[in-house]
Formats: sequence, structure tokens, C-alpha cells
Amino acid sequence: MTSLTVLDPGPLTTVQDFGRPGQASLGVGRSGACDRGAHRLANALVGNHPTLATLEVTFGGLVVSPDHEVLVVTSGARCEMVVEGRDGTRPAAHLAPFVVAAGERLRLGAPVAGLRTYVAVRGGLDVEPVLGSRATDLLSGLGPAVVAAGDVLPVGTTPRPLPGVDVAPAPEPTNDPLLVRVTPGPRRDWFGDDAWELLTGQGWTVGSDSNRVGVRLGGHPLPRLRDGELVSEGMLRGALQVPPSGLPVLFLSDHPVTGGYPVVAYVGEPDVDRCAQLRPGQQVRFRA
Amino acid sequence: MRILPSGTQGLLLELDSIEEVLGRYAALREADLPVLDLVPAGRTILLVADRGASLPDLAAAVRAVPPREHVRDDAPEVEVPVVYDGEDLAEAAGLLGLDAAELRRRHQDERWTVAFCGFAPGFGYLTGERYAWDVPRRATPRTRVPSGSVALAGEFTGVYPRESPGGWQLLGRALVEAFDLRRDPPALLVPGARVRFVEVGV
Repeated sequence: MTSLTVLDPGPLTTVQDFGRPGQASLGVGRSGACDRGAHRLANALVGNHPTLATLEVTFGGLVVSPDHEVLVVTSGARCEMVVEGRDGTRPAAHLAPFVVAAGERLRLGAPVAGLRTYVAVRGGLDVEPVLGSRATDLLSGLGPAVVAAGDVLPVGTTPRPLPGVDVAPAPEPTNDPLLVRVTPGPRRDWFGDDAWELLTGQGWTVGSDSNRVGVRLGGHPLPRLRDGELVSEGMLRGALQVPPSGLPVLFLSDHPVTGGYPVVAYVGEPDVDRCAQLRPGQQVRFRA
Repeated sequence: MRILPSGTQGLLLELDSIEEVLGRYAALREADLPVLDLVPAGRTILLVADRGASLPDLAAAVRAVPPREHVRDDAPEVEVPVVYDGEDLAEAAGLLGLDAAELRRRHQDERWTVAFCGFAPGFGYLTGERYAWDVPRRATPRTRVPSGSVALAGEFTGVYPRESPGGWQLLGRALVEAFDLRRDPPALLVPGARVRFVEVGV
């Protein structure tokens, strides 16, 4: 059986798939890849079923070595990559499947733009599923542990044919201010038009305390029309929840199942993937 | 019932009471709706639409599901054995104007129902119907509440499924796992279930 040995996980690497949908009524959040489109594309490029697990590498830095030859591809945030072999070091390309031989090392540098890189291996990562998913949920603690140096990750087998793609053209994250669509959330009426204009009229700065739970935003706080507490209610990825500070948090994959602060707006589903690539310090704007 | 927008995949149903939430939740679960998830909470139910389902069509389908009254006696009952040796037993009793023995008696005598889950996998929020249970959270939350703690806060009681920070008043500890991955479903206390707490000696 093939496996990957992790020599260095970088700042944060987790195993991810599409998560655990349908269990929120038991307090189990969905979790899964933060940039689902990039995860899906990585799997497709090595002929994996979309539900197989990939590595979500946050800000590069991953070094892995297989014990048998593997076909690998990266998607999402583009990193400088090299494969270190017995006969020297060669560069590896983003969004283009390549072979890593037994004992060679794949090394990811820091991404040039974007935050999360997905590494798919043909066959998928065959770690033990928990409640139907191999995703690590950093909020609830469900799923495999965070990837650490010395981990040996089993690789599955796949019967699917290869797509025969050399390089996949795909839109990539940039460091420019990001513009995404928002629609009014369930508690839009807790905020006045002045707050809505602040939400959609200013550039928000991504905080360094952002994580898989949410993107924390800095800017002019949103005033509320009403005080008082909200009875906790269910929310989804893409929710812009406004705590008493008035500074919204954009929920990503490991968000809590329910929350007690009003959701003023939602970022639509395809755009949440793009928000998952925002780096600390980067600007994001919301367009109604 | 109000239906509020929740992004490209969700609708939030807003209702007037926990009883109404429980009744609607039971009715919606049995209706054949294109939903990935139904998430009950204190006054709301979040519907997560299947990929490709139309939200306006889903809203219309939800409105067509006849509301149902929550019938407590139809629900399955779970018995939770408890040792009432919690650190806040006396303080919580004082806040309710009771002594510790009466608080223990009422906690066991109460007809509890799991209204919803949240906070952590398998953490059920249980509501009663016989007694008034309005207890404030602790002013300073504990950084470490042991797994299995039976606790009280607001109108709810609950069992901590694992060690975590928490601000609820601790009454004792349950001698069953509230969340066990080896069980199907792993959560012991699921929305709608009836719960009875039973004191056991140590």
C-alpha cells in the first residue's frame, strides 16, 4: 500500500473533503475544504472521485515524501514547488499533474497569492473517516488530527481513468482587493441603511486572526438598530455575522452550527471559495 | 411563521416558541423536501437546500407542509443516570430559591425535551415544562468543564459531551457518554427526544 510521509506540515495542513453535511441537527458542523472548487479541481486532475480527500495546505511550507511513485497535483493558491530527487532538484508546476517517485520529496514554498493550496494524490488520502468524512474540523475536533511531521498518510486506489489534462487553466487567487456579491441575511432588519452602506461601501481588511472558522474583518464598525440578544440560530458558510464590536466575521467551513449574533448578509456560495483565499491584510469589498 | 433569507443555499424559518419549532421540525422531517439539512434552534429552523434546488420552490413547499403540534409523549425517552455532586449545586439552588435537595428532586421530576443541539457535537439544549428554570450563566466561564457534566443555564439543562470551556452551572455528572462515535447516531440526546435524569449513588 502506498503512503505519504509528512516531513514538514508548514504552518497548518489538514486533510479535507466535502465534509459532513446533514448532521448539523446533532451539533455536527459540515467542515470540509475551505475552497471547495479548488479541492474539486485537484481531485479531477488526477482522476479522483470528487469525494476523495486532499491536503489543504495553509500558506505553503509542506514537505512530503511517498514510498511508491505517486501522481500529484496542486490547485488553489500557487506556490513555488520543487521535487527533490536522487538526481537533483526539479521544479513542479501548479495545476499540472506530475509524478513524484518513491523516496523523492515534494516541497512547497510560500504562495505568491492566495492562502490555501490543495494537494491531491491519485487515489486520494485514505485516512480513517469519522461520521462519513475525512475532513478535520478544527472547531469541533472531529476528524483526523491536524497533519504533523512524521505522519504517514495512506493513499487509496482509484479505478477512475485519468482525465488526460496536462495543464488546467483556472482562475487563481490574486493579492488585489477582492469584490464579492452579498445578499441580505436573516437579520438585515437589525441594521439600518447606514450600516448596509458601510457594509457595501468600504474596503474591509482581513485580520490576521482569521482561520478555518471565519475571516475576521477590520474597518468602520456596523452600528445596530437594536440591542438585545438573538436566540441562537442555525447558520451556513458565507454568513456575515456581526458581534457587538460591529466588525463582521465571514464564516468559512468550520463555523459553529448555530450562532447568537445577527447575520446581516450572506456571501453567495461560489464566492465563499474566493474569500477562503483571502490573506491577512488583503482587502475585500461587498457588492449588493 | 416568517421565512428569512440565508444565502444561496439556506432559508431560515422563524417561529414563536420552542414548542412550535419542535412541531414544525417533526413535520418537515417527514415531508419530502429537497433539503440537505434541517437545523432546529431556539426559535428557528434552518433549511439547507439540496444542490440545485430552487429556494423560492422550497419556500413554497415549506408553506404547504401542515403545521403540527409537538406531542411529547410520541417521542422516544432517554434515561440519563446522574451523580449530583456538581460544584454549583448549592449556588444554583440558591438562585432558584431552593435548597440543593429540592433542586435535585425537581431536576429528576422534570419532563425534559431536547429542543435542539449546538455548541459542540452532541450538546443538546433540554427544556422542561413543570418548573421555572431561569438560571443565569456563571459570571466567569470555566476554562475547563469536565466531560459528562450535567449543567443548567437560562431555561435549559444539558450534558457536556466532552471537556470544553463553559459558563453553565454544574449540577453533577452523567454516567453515560452524550456523544460516542461508536454509537449510531453518536449523539445520545437528539432533537425531540424526551429525557429523564435519574440519581444514582456513587
